[in-house]
Amino acid sequence: MRSRLGRAGRAESTVPALLGRRWQVAGLLSLALAISGVAVGASGAGSPPSDLEERVREVASELRCVVCQNLSVADSPSDLAKEMRNLVRELLQQGKTPEEIQAYFVSRYGEYVLLSPPKRGFNLLVWGLPFLAIAAGAWGIYLVTRRWTAQREDSEQPVDPSYAARVRRELQEREGPAGS
Amino acid sequence: MPTFEVLKGSRAVRWWKVVLVLAAIGGVVTLLAYGFTTDPRAIPSTLTGKPAPDFSLTLFDGRTIQLSDFRGKVVFLNFWASWCPPCRAEARLLEQSWQRYKDQGVVFLGVDIQDTEEAARRFIQEFGVTYMNGRDPNNRIGIDYGVYGIPETFFIDKEGRITYKHIGALGWETILVKVGDAARGIASTEGKSRDYQAISVR
Repeated sequence: MRSRLGRAGRAESTVPALLGRRWQVAGLLSLALAISGVAVGASGAGSPPSDLEERVREVASELRCVVCQNLSVADSPSDLAKEMRNLVRELLQQGKTPEEIQAYFVSRYGEYVLLSPPKRGFNLLVWGLPFLAIAAGAWGIYLVTRRWTAQREDSEQPVDPSYAARVRRELQEREGPAGS
Repeated sequence: MPTFEVLKGSRAVRWWKVVLVLAAIGGVVTLLAYGFTTDPRAIPSTLTGKPAPDFSLTLFDGRTIQLSDFRGKVVFLNFWASWCPPCRAEARLLEQSWQRYKDQGVVFLGVDIQDTEEAARRFIQEFGVTYMNGRDPNNRIGIDYGVYGIPETFFIDKEGRITYKHIGALGWETILVKVGDAARGIASTEGKSRDYQAISVR
């Protein structure tokens, strides 16, 4: 509060500082927008694929291959994943919805079988923490840049006229006897 | 007023920051503690304590059986494959256990998954397996039981409820205790850090 009031009183340094801060805020906002845009783009569902194989792939890509390391049922070459894909195909042909198929696999293997943990309870931490960390990081960057710009402004502080006059006078006094 | 400003400017704000930083560190440490004390490979069975999914199985001798045919008996259901070393390790013990239990109203049933019929038949011959065995060529029964590794064994009580699921090769003690539990309708599960946990008694 103190430093902000102090800066507001100095017309010379306030305008560039404000401009600088606006640029910082704009930068942070665009960063946040870009990140949320990427997140929305990644999760955005396009038009439902009509082809059965495409639908099998879509459902299988949401299921974890339980005998692999971080592979989906769609991507795994393992026998179990192949059998699971066949079952997904069969269930889709029977008219089951992707949600019903997912619920079936969860009832057999637990929520572990889902590659994306459901957004509820403890799992919310997984979904929320990255954004919280980005926000905290952005806030930290904002605080640090504010401190840096404040320090630079402090160093550009105009010299007190009476102090400048005294220095000039004392210099003249010192130079006077030396020059004569 | 000046006193308040001083307090707000230095002590109060610093105290708030310290609490925030400590809370953040505490949160991260708690999460790490939770993560490191949990076995990431353990997939807790969602089926323990629930009715065993019914299925029909064509046995290697040509007969077709239905799990529900054995209602009123304890069922020892073992998923295996001929190429799996722990399955080979437990094969003789399972046959010996079957010889011990076959007159006590306990049904032993083997389901061969992810295997070829020829290799499975060789396995049965090699280990002299005499209890009921059949092949599940599409692994539909395995998936219906949430099987992800083999061998996996399910103990089913007389009312058709899964009382215990064991992953990996079995030891005699486990068979003895879990068949006994199933006979009394006691369901149990391995909890965190593999500690024993009775979940229901009937």
